[in-house]
Amino acid sequence: MKKLLVFSFLWCCTCAPAEGPSTIAITNAKIVTVSGQVYAKGTVVLKDGLIEAVGDNVTAPADAWVVAGEGMTVYPGLIDGLSTVGIPGAAPAGAGGGRGGRGAGTQAQTAAPAVPAAPAERSWGPGDRPQTTSWLLAADELQAGDRRVETVRASGITTAVTYPTRGIFGGQGSVIDLVSGEKPAEMVLVPAVGQYISMSGGRGFGGGGGFPSSLMGIIAYVRQLYLDANHYKLVKDAYASNPRGMQRPEYDRALEGLMASQRFLLPANQTIEIDRMLRFGAELKTISPTPQSMILYGARDAYRPDAVELLKKANVPVLLSLRWPAPPARNADADDSNETLRTLIERDKAPSAPAALVKGGVKFALYSDGTDAPRDFQRAVKKAIDAGLSREDALRALTIWPAEIYGIADRVGSIEKGKIANLVVTKGEIFDDRTQIVMVFVDGKKYVPEPPAAGGRGGPATDEPGAGGDR
Amino acid sequence: MKKLIPSILVALAPLAAETFVIQNATVMTEGPKGIFKGSVVVKDGKIADLGEKVMVPAGATIIEAGGLYLIPGIIDCHSHIAGSGGINEGSVSVSSMVNIKDIINPDDISIYRALAGGVTTANILHGSANSIGGQTLPLKMRWGKSAEEMIFAGATPGIKFALGENPKRAGNPQGGRGAIGAIQIQARYPATRMGVEDVIREAFNDAKAYKAEWDAYDAKLAKGEHPIPPRTDLKLQALKEVLENKRYVHVHCYRADEILMMIRAADDNGFKVRTFQHVLEGYKVAKEIKEHGAGASTFSDWWAYKIEAIDAIPFNAALLTKKGVIVSLNSDDAELMRHLNTEAGKAMKYGGMSETEALAMVTINPAIQLGIDKTVGSIEPGKDADLVLYDGFPMSDFAKVTKVWIDGTQYFDRDKEVAEQAAKDAEKQQLLDKEKSAQRPQTNRRPNQ
Repeated sequence: MKKLLVFSFLWCCTCAPAEGPSTIAITNAKIVTVSGQVYAKGTVVLKDGLIEAVGDNVTAPADAWVVAGEGMTVYPGLIDGLSTVGIPGAAPAGAGGGRGGRGAGTQAQTAAPAVPAAPAERSWGPGDRPQTTSWLLAADELQAGDRRVETVRASGITTAVTYPTRGIFGGQGSVIDLVSGEKPAEMVLVPAVGQYISMSGGRGFGGGGGFPSSLMGIIAYVRQLYLDANHYKLVKDAYASNPRGMQRPEYDRALEGLMASQRFLLPANQTIEIDRMLRFGAELKTISPTPQSMILYGARDAYRPDAVELLKKANVPVLLSLRWPAPPARNADADDSNETLRTLIERDKAPSAPAALVKGGVKFALYSDGTDAPRDFQRAVKKAIDAGLSREDALRALTIWPAEIYGIADRVGSIEKGKIANLVVTKGEIFDDRTQIVMVFVDGKKYVPEPPAAGGRGGPATDEPGAGGDR
Repeated sequence: MKKLIPSILVALAPLAAETFVIQNATVMTEGPKGIFKGSVVVKDGKIADLGEKVMVPAGATIIEAGGLYLIPGIIDCHSHIAGSGGINEGSVSVSSMVNIKDIINPDDISIYRALAGGVTTANILHGSANSIGGQTLPLKMRWGKSAEEMIFAGATPGIKFALGENPKRAGNPQGGRGAIGAIQIQARYPATRMGVEDVIREAFNDAKAYKAEWDAYDAKLAKGEHPIPPRTDLKLQALKEVLENKRYVHVHCYRADEILMMIRAADDNGFKVRTFQHVLEGYKVAKEIKEHGAGASTFSDWWAYKIEAIDAIPFNAALLTKKGVIVSLNSDDAELMRHLNTEAGKAMKYGGMSETEALAMVTINPAIQLGIDKTVGSIEPGKDADLVLYDGFPMSDFAKVTKVWIDGTQYFDRDKEVAEQAAKDAEKQQLLDKEKSAQRPQTNRRPNQ
């Protein structure tokens, strides 16, 4: 028994992808199932990548590799509801943003336009399908060698909903398990879960990159694309039923990608953006030729009662960014005269948003948004807990709730018989300062995180979701 | 700490509409009652009664306004406040697919500042980078309300056109030669005034073809057929609405020649220009503007900031008025917007307008231009109770706004604002201190504290 444990640790220290035993039992550990009870001293059995059994009167099968779980706690693997992990180079630099009155965008047209990165690609209108790769599937963009997989997994994240995020219509997200394998396909849980829409675009404002160059331009473009999809479907259906004597509709991959999406994600941070995007999303749903549901991401202002009320009323699930707004670096004689009371309140209150959403009965999940390196991640979640979120709800917001939002709660998000064997094993309660993540199981394969190294932060997963407002 | 949020919300929430009487004020109605000293009764958000003597409804709140002046809420026919993410879609010269309505930013502090300057309604326009800009609409300055709640209900929406230097220069940093130093960029058409006219005419050729397509479809529908509808094109849809007289055209312009060009282009295509904006050389073609039936919305005395604005005179507003054109004075600017009252006052000096004529240019005249004069623009029974109380003659430099109502709801109160300032400053300092103490390395921390 003891020997086995030592052996297993040695084997892990090589950090080779797990080609371990097909049956594993973690015994005598505290087990937080999330969906059901907490077992003070229980056993969970993993077989062929699935959870075979869990409970306090479960015995380890004879052929199982046994992990002695005394003093350890087992949680379901965490789910990052919006990420770019697995797609190297996908994360754009976080665009600045924030509150204020009329911003630079107002004057941008009279100033010399920013030098465009690719002048040849200048778009002259919606017909050019600018900044659109709606047909891209994250699953097809995955690279097995993405080193971030290991870093993110060390935070206890076993599953991520990863998106191509470039441009306005970035593409369709995929649910992936963070296994280190030879083939990216091994990672894919669900190949297509929804369309990532950004309101800040990839090229920035100023007109140098062509249409659209303003927030209202982006909104008009998104609306036009949905209208076009609607018309496209009408024409296609008519042609399919009777092609004789009818000109064939021209194939449009941008519209095909849009129609293949069962959900769309819209960004909103400030309350006015939440209001704006909830209304816009409701409009898009009525235009869309195929049934689509909506998810809102960002939601920084969700600490405000008016924002919670809007979300509750709209009954739209929320992905809440864990990248809390931070004060600027200051020296002793820093000039704070430009800080508005509103910004200060926002920075003070933002981490209380998860607690406010729980209280308001809004369905939400937390997403890392660039804080997915272990230390950052733990700190970010801890901030929300310190601001009133219960530990249980913090865990739910990173397990069963994202699973429910994406309709995958039948396979991940809790420790239940038959679900995928994704687990986090800790010493100490999860999300505490001194918690140690001892091992992580993904698809029943065991990984032991390396002790945290300095640096190595990933970029933020998304652009400033703030809809480009007031920049 | 917990108190912070509620206190802010309370400060933002305007007092709900109630029945009240403003009495003993000098009332400049801009309506049939002219100027008189007396009372105005407000009920259910509307003006119920006014006169030297009025019946005070039971339970009405009395607002004593002896020595104060009451005017209709100021209307700014040309503003760019309260938008998010840019006010120009400057990438293309026909951007009629974009709509200011999509980007209303009710959090813009300029709204509150405009309110403090007596403005209750503003026509929020797209910028002037494009020959045909975006769709526009008037807002009421209901500070603290949502974007939807700011929209002036029932007002005809508009669209911004622009002539001259701005649309020909946008996207063409070197006069259309298409280069910044060694870097080639694709220049945007048009780069000349001729080109601007061509872009507008071409756009309407497309719009007419688009309209014909839809009209044919509608006719088939009416006959009980089930054809596939044409593709909805947001860009042409807005221009179709112009052709159908469902959307006002507000044209940014300066020179007399381009104003005449625009009138010809509109006549040829069968639509009307609702207002010429800036229209600094309007005095040269006042007769033609009048004949076309357009209004003129100009500056009081702001010019020479570029070549095409060189030939302006401060008598422009008065001369246009004399020729029978409905004239308004606008701000085009968040700062100027705060003192449109004194902009109107300048017309009394330049052109010898009466105080009623001058004040009309920031109240009833812009209301007429925006087609909202049935509900706002003057103090008359049945109109919206959009009212501004000044502590002195409203067109004086020294007059201060003391209270502003929109739909009978008070949105600004100078005394309250001044009284709350100290508490807001204290809140801010407290938060700053808290943040700074958290940022400081906490080495001096003693245990158990």
